Amino acid sequence: MSTAPPSDIDIVDYIDVTKRAYEALGYQAYRWAENTEPSAFVAPTKPLAESKVVLLASGGIYRHGDIAFTHKDDVGHREIPVDTPDEELRVTHFAYDQTHARQDPNVVLPLTALRTLAADGVIGSVADVALTFMGGIYSQRRLGEQLTPGLVSRCHELDADIALLVPV
Amino acid sequence: MGLIAREIEASGIPTVCLTSAWTITASANPARAVYTDFPLGHTSGRPNDPVGQLEIARAAVEAIHGITAPGTIIPVPQQWPDPTWRDEARELVDHRTERLDTPQYQSDADRDAAIATHGENAACGC
Repeated sequence: MSTAPPSDIDIVDYIDVTKRAYEALGYQAYRWAENTEPSAFVAPTKPLAESKVVLLASGGIYRHGDIAFTHKDDVGHREIPVDTPDEELRVTHFAYDQTHARQDPNVVLPLTALRTLAADGVIGSVADVALTFMGGIYSQRRLGEQLTPGLVSRCHELDADIALLVPV
Repeated sequence: MGLIAREIEASGIPTVCLTSAWTITASANPARAVYTDFPLGHTSGRPNDPVGQLEIARAAVEAIHGITAPGTIIPVPQQWPDPTWRDEARELVDHRTERLDTPQYQSDADRDAAIATHGENAACGC
């Protein structure tokens, strides 16, 4: 692990929990992605107050009227207009409890907060659309070849200065 | 999500991830992350808590300038109201539902609306 959690937070180690849960069920161990090489690290070129933020979220969020995600290795993404009211947002996923996300989608897609940060001048603006997808794609190769390139392209086409990513 | 963040960062756009799964994010090792100590399904805040959600989003975007070394994860101070959530999260059970390969709508009305807009393919995903 590259970064140890602070000692005053009793974190839940989901790598350990899934490993032991799968062992108990007789499943093969899941191999979480492990990168020992540091990430690229791009210095921001603009002050935060002038920066456009694009939001990306896994968690199976789509808009009423859009085609929902499948729950098996769906490598597509949806584009949620930044001003979409909460009432039009929908959530389905195979791996987490969506009770609260359906009551208040801002727990997994912080669009309201980003709009407020833009209105308050903390950030410059929010990209025209948020990019949402399913996550839970078990093949890292498939994720890297079929989902990621399109997301990277859209971040540039949307002229984003910062990407905020929200996994579930 | 850490893998996608690394690719976006490598393409030239600074990134920050929110996460409630410290070890998964530390292992994927994206450039910057902000940790929320909540049960899964609430990465960006507690429900019906716009003030807390705004604090978290603000901490995330401010980490773009605030984090100066790749791989750093910083926690926000907010706590989940019921501390027993950790016990449930550590139970060795498989909560996943069957991974069906057709679009999974939240409601039948959603399916009907998608079919009205996109045609019958919206039902089968084909």
